[in-house]
Amino acid sequence: MSCYEADRLDRIAYGDSPLHRLDPRAKILATLAFILAVVSQPKYELFGLAPFILFPLLTIVIGEIPGRLIFRRVLLVSPFALLIGAFNPFLDRQVFHHLWGFDISGGWISFSSILVRFALTVSAALALIATTSFPSLCQGLTAMRVPRTFVVQLLFLYRYLFLLAEEGGRILRARALRARGWRGRTPRVAASMVGTLFLRTLDRAERIYQAMSARGYDGNIRQLRRLSFTITDGVFLVAVAVSCAFFRLLPVTYWMGRWGRDW
Amino acid sequence: MHMSDALLSPGIGLAFGAVSGGTLVYSAHKVKTTLDDHLVPLMGVLGAFVFAAQMINFTIPGTGSSGHLGGGLLLAVLLGPHAALLTLSSVLVVQSLFFADGGVLALGTNIFNLGLLPAVIGWPLFRVTAGKKPSPARITLASTLAALCVLELGALGLVGETFLSGRSELPFGPFLVLMLGIHLPIALAEGLITAAVIGYVYKLRPEIAHRTFRGATEGRRRRSLTPVLTSLVAAALLTGGVAAWFASSKPDGLEWSLGRLTGSEKPGAAEYPLAKRLAGLQERSAALADYRVTRSEETATSGAEVWPRVDPEITLSGLAGAVFTLGLAGLLGLFLARRRRDHPKRGQG
Repeated sequence: MSCYEADRLDRIAYGDSPLHRLDPRAKILATLAFILAVVSQPKYELFGLAPFILFPLLTIVIGEIPGRLIFRRVLLVSPFALLIGAFNPFLDRQVFHHLWGFDISGGWISFSSILVRFALTVSAALALIATTSFPSLCQGLTAMRVPRTFVVQLLFLYRYLFLLAEEGGRILRARALRARGWRGRTPRVAASMVGTLFLRTLDRAERIYQAMSARGYDGNIRQLRRLSFTITDGVFLVAVAVSCAFFRLLPVTYWMGRWGRDW
Repeated sequence: MHMSDALLSPGIGLAFGAVSGGTLVYSAHKVKTTLDDHLVPLMGVLGAFVFAAQMINFTIPGTGSSGHLGGGLLLAVLLGPHAALLTLSSVLVVQSLFFADGGVLALGTNIFNLGLLPAVIGWPLFRVTAGKKPSPARITLASTLAALCVLELGALGLVGETFLSGRSELPFGPFLVLMLGIHLPIALAEGLITAAVIGYVYKLRPEIAHRTFRGATEGRRRRSLTPVLTSLVAAALLTGGVAAWFASSKPDGLEWSLGRLTGSEKPGAAEYPLAKRLAGLQERSAALADYRVTRSEETATSGAEVWPRVDPEITLSGLAGAVFTLGLAGLLGLFLARRRRDHPKRGQG
């Protein structure tokens, strides 16, 4: 949740690697294909999710992303997924696997599957944003016929996100200096702080608008770089989609297991 | 609370994506045609404001736990439905990418729960309750009422999406009661803080608040409410229809729980061509995979509760396979990483 980590991700996204150079559209579609393949696995599929680890792993290696950053984010499991999934072992006690004298209930399998799904889908989203800078992602979205008004909105939000986070940090620091511990953290004080922040934001928006109008803003944000979907992008997208379908439809893990045990 | 990809089935994710995406396109068109471009930088900066406002935490009286403003209702009240939907959606997109709050596929559900509901339910409710010249008490009443409705409906959406996806074992009724209960204090806090912020803005800069409240009675805005309500009804119908359609094509979703309740198997699967085709695809892929436990196999032999076929052979294959696959993937990664280190690229930095 920390803005510091988001800021780091953002810096990494401007790197230069084979993955960074790909067309944003290819990466968006590949991420969607990956997530769909993972999410469409049946509820009790746990081992079958194993081959999918290849994608985040290869992204980290080829895209030259610090793996620790992704790993840390994945470890901070969404409380909602954890909370809801944690009920499964209690509600579904039917024996599903029988291994070395232990009975493993279906609930534990589906819960573990939810956790693995979480790790895979979150790392896919992080891999996308770590290899694609937000402006070029937005350019890809425009090319994919997402309404321009919305894309401009995304670009504005991105432009002011870190700036206003710093402003929020300043307000928080001011409160921390004036109120010790939890005493000053009443809802009333917080509401005034949010109100102050809001008014400052409005003034800022007014100044921005005037500055932009003075420079000929007409509702569009122009980007110099042209997108071109090359053969490399096509090969990448097809390769990801086909291997996702392969891992989804064929029992690769079980073949591996049989092969490994025979061997 | 954000819906996560891990709890979502692809059908539900895509169905809600279609509904939210359609409404988003409509709102974008509306903002472009009816509102001045003055609003666009304001929307962008206010989206960033939501992140900053969420940093400001406070102690919830009586409990000692920490809370912060969600901001959905505040934006809806201050911006109107279309601009608020665009702004909240952009916030959710950035949250899902940079902060891993809610998944990419889950964006449709999250925009529905946290963007669409404040915009199309919270905004009109607040306007109607607050009236033209609101007193502080009226503002508090209006925002508390709107927050209650919006957040509890959001919780209902969350429960419905989770239940229809069928990844969680939680039964609908108790799950709903649990989530509604959790969201009750959250909604009250959100309503009170939203009221306090609006009251603060009203006191310090009455002209901003006046503009906001005057907008409520302007004919232009009022007329624009009809398509919003129409699209809401359409969205609800579409959601119901599409969700049911997709849910019945997923054997591990709604149908499974329905089958469990009624004792019958595959209710009405034959009525849906897509469901039949998908089931066929699944059977074919399962025929390739004689190591996978499939539901079609089980329903073919008997309809009763033999679904999890306990077979240590399969388990062992799966476990060994997972370990093997992970090991191989790890080795491949190490190999590539080492090769990269040995052959550094030109122009590092």
